[in-house]
Amino acid sequence: MNELTRLSAAEVAGKIADGDVSALEVAQAHLDRIAAVDAQVHAFLHVDTDGALDVAKSVDAKRSAGDQLGPLAGVPLAMKDVVVTRGLPTTAGSRILEGWRPPYDATITRRAKDAGLVMLGKTNMDEFAMGSSTENSAYGPTHNPWDLARIPGGSSGGSSAAVAAFEAPLGIGTDTGGSIRQPAAVTGIVGFKPTYGAVSRYGLIAFSSSLDQAGPFGRTVLDAALLYDVLHGHDPADSTSIPVVRFDTAAAAREGGAADLRGVRVGVVRELGGEGYQPGVLSSFESAVTTLKGLGAEVVEVSCPHFDYALAAYYLIAPSECSSNLARFDAVRYGLRVGDDGTNSLEDVMSLTREAGFGAEVKRRIMIGTYALSSGYYDAYYGQAQKVRTLIVRDFEAAFEQADVLVSPTSPFVAFGIGERVDDPMAMYVNDLCTLPASLAGTPAISVPSGLSDGLPVGLQIMAPTLADDRCFRVGAAFEAAVPALVPPELP
Amino acid sequence: MTAAYDGVLSRYEPVIGLETHVELGTASKMFCGCSTTFGAEPNTQTCPVCLGLPGALPVANEMAIESTIRIGLALHCDIAPWCRFARKNYFYPDMPKNFQTSQYDEPLCTEGYLDVAVRGETIRVGIERVHLEEDTGKNTHVGTSGRIHGAEYSLVDYNRAGIPLVEIVTKPVPGTGDLAPEVAKAYVTELRDILRTLGVSDVRMEQGSLRCDVNTSLNRPGEAWGTRTETKNVNSLRSVERAVRSEILRQASLLDAGERIVQETRHFSETSGDTRPGRSKEEATDYRYFPEPDLAPIAPDRAWVEQLHMRQPELPADRRVRMRDALGVSAADMVQLTNAGVVDLVGETVRLGAPIGEARNWWLGYLAQQANERGVEASELGIEASHVARLIALVADGSLSVALARQVVDGVLETGSDVDTVVAERGLKRVSDSGALETAADEAIAANPDIAAKVRGGKLPAVGALVGAVMKATRGQADAAAVKDILLQRLGR
Repeated sequence: MNELTRLSAAEVAGKIADGDVSALEVAQAHLDRIAAVDAQVHAFLHVDTDGALDVAKSVDAKRSAGDQLGPLAGVPLAMKDVVVTRGLPTTAGSRILEGWRPPYDATITRRAKDAGLVMLGKTNMDEFAMGSSTENSAYGPTHNPWDLARIPGGSSGGSSAAVAAFEAPLGIGTDTGGSIRQPAAVTGIVGFKPTYGAVSRYGLIAFSSSLDQAGPFGRTVLDAALLYDVLHGHDPADSTSIPVVRFDTAAAAREGGAADLRGVRVGVVRELGGEGYQPGVLSSFESAVTTLKGLGAEVVEVSCPHFDYALAAYYLIAPSECSSNLARFDAVRYGLRVGDDGTNSLEDVMSLTREAGFGAEVKRRIMIGTYALSSGYYDAYYGQAQKVRTLIVRDFEAAFEQADVLVSPTSPFVAFGIGERVDDPMAMYVNDLCTLPASLAGTPAISVPSGLSDGLPVGLQIMAPTLADDRCFRVGAAFEAAVPALVPPELP
Repeated sequence: MTAAYDGVLSRYEPVIGLETHVELGTASKMFCGCSTTFGAEPNTQTCPVCLGLPGALPVANEMAIESTIRIGLALHCDIAPWCRFARKNYFYPDMPKNFQTSQYDEPLCTEGYLDVAVRGETIRVGIERVHLEEDTGKNTHVGTSGRIHGAEYSLVDYNRAGIPLVEIVTKPVPGTGDLAPEVAKAYVTELRDILRTLGVSDVRMEQGSLRCDVNTSLNRPGEAWGTRTETKNVNSLRSVERAVRSEILRQASLLDAGERIVQETRHFSETSGDTRPGRSKEEATDYRYFPEPDLAPIAPDRAWVEQLHMRQPELPADRRVRMRDALGVSAADMVQLTNAGVVDLVGETVRLGAPIGEARNWWLGYLAQQANERGVEASELGIEASHVARLIALVADGSLSVALARQVVDGVLETGSDVDTVVAERGLKRVSDSGALETAADEAIAANPDIAAKVRGGKLPAVGALVGAVMKATRGQADAAAVKDILLQRLGR
């Protein structure tokens, strides 16, 4: 393996800026790595070799010309296939969008391009971001670099696996109920879900509009922060984008690197642990709390009683919104079209296309959501779930009176075997138990590796109040500095 | 038909309701920056947002929100301090997202009214709600039927998709009896004038920027309201009245036969003047409304709303009162002037020195007739108040006969020149030697006593023979219309 692929994004950017290495060499090293291992990992759905090399060359040209480069110029990036990329295939892991090449860029795609990031390609995911294992992709599962027989988490499993397998130093994922944090945890990397509204959703193929947020993956907290600083900021094209928001999370991560948490109150959430959690996960979490105390943090226990209803509320709200968001896939304007042979009616062509184009989990959620929004059921389901959401927000507010950050395991489980849970939706849904509350409340949360359980990575989730995104990075970096780095085994 | 209609109205009481859709005249669409210009090449005014491409998001047009609030204020509505858009979910190929971004249980404006005058009576039409939504695209079904069923293929133009649309819904209007069709028409007319005065829409029914659905039901006196039908495709003011009338007759004949009314959507046909069944409501979809999560709630600032209220232009009803007082005309005349859309033109003509009676006669008479023949509004004829004032002055001082003045109007309309130019170029000035014409006229009357008697008796067309005689006597150099005028005058008609 070329050593360039082992470097952090910060290190790679530094070497390019200093002229020690060209962006082209860095891009080529990662493309070579993809060529060598992705047949086993299957992190990428589409590798844009020519595009990546062109961008790398232009970064090198700018550097030669003495132009000012951004802090991540020339650093390779793995982009989740739910983010729209002009002229590049964008499928959201679904058969129904096979072959679609968008005529426009998502705001975060444009931001990444403007920053000089070198997009290597589009990564695999659970179809329309619905899932926790990437097994719901229409294009086959992605494999966890720690154990190829296991899942890389989901729905952003392609991006997390790519970063963990050294195919890219940085990745972009989206998180609706845990789809950045849980894959980060089970592949032993860092993943961050921002405050809702901090990152533009313009150009994210919507799953659940009121929950979706894009965010960074990195192998270090600083790398994730550097990427987050590129991604976040107000976007007039997204009405739910927060008007004035500008964090310096890279500075927060560097500050946290001093590993001093004196004066920081850390709240352990009583409801996020115990029964149903793997013992190895719980013991890793306990030692993480001990580590935080060792860094000078004051640890308190907090109770968030309504977190127990997060799963139920989430599986009403997200399917409801998705049932409407996914209605546009109807064979009329783009994507798959089935049965248009002159004998079928318009309605039949729509039905046949959706029947053939959507996978089982997507159909299940569309059905649940359609039912939950139906006249006569709306109040009992969608309406009630929104009330639970308000109660969860209040639980957070009360907890943040007592603590500056809240901590929990990121997922109750380590990576499970591919195929192990596909037939049991509930067993799959409980993967998100710990990540759902922050999604429903729109608050920021980061997952940082906390150690291994039976040789598989475990993540620590650090949650902060709305718009305290930098706090996640400061505490995360301090914790990271105090625990041994996780290095995945070399791939066969 | 009139007899049948009156008979029906002695047995049944109609309840009507109107849903009006107004395309706002904003420069850009409701949720994106695309142009709203009418008549562009299909699918040239589109972008990822109004095409509903995956990932695209809406941003609400503030101008459209402002226009909606101004409409609400003009209709005496309460303006919601906080409300949201909602998604109305149903599949149709002219809807790019397969949901329409609309408003549901939280409309921007509620609880208003509009007073309309019909045959001297003022009727208050309650306004249930005024809300904002986006228009759909336009389907063209190619094939023999022109309808989606049986079409060979269909084309979709998304230029219209996403144009801001305001829906104005009345409360049910009971108790108007035989006036119901006229009330419906008067309501839409008054609403159109308000929208035009506000400058929020070009309100052209023929282009679809003002569209009207008419709800009608009948009940026997003292009984509960009947089942209503919703008539769509009502594309002119005249059709509004015809649609209600035809639906009243249709429902009455069914009820008379002991049948029941089916709740359904019907389509009005301009050519036949009746309504035909459309999609039955019995197979109506559940729209699964829920608050639009991609848009922030609308929370109009109180002070801003108050400012909009203060800045409203003078509305038609107020203007009518002011103009009526200023012009000194009767309320009935005022209704006529309003319906013809010439209040301001008459006012201007009077301001330029014309007597009100003359100004009124010109604008409601010959000019209205010319406008009608050309299918335009009087204000669009191309003749100005100053022209008409000048004509009236020339007639008053005897320079022109009324007949000659009409020819001058024709000349102005043809050439666009002003009155004096047309008079000079066409030599239309009344001959000073009018004595010669009058002599010739008297001779013609004396020579044809039978014909003269017929004309005196009211058979006006008979005057043609006398005109012929005068023309012959003057060797064709007289102005035939002037001659006719003189003859009629002398015959006391």
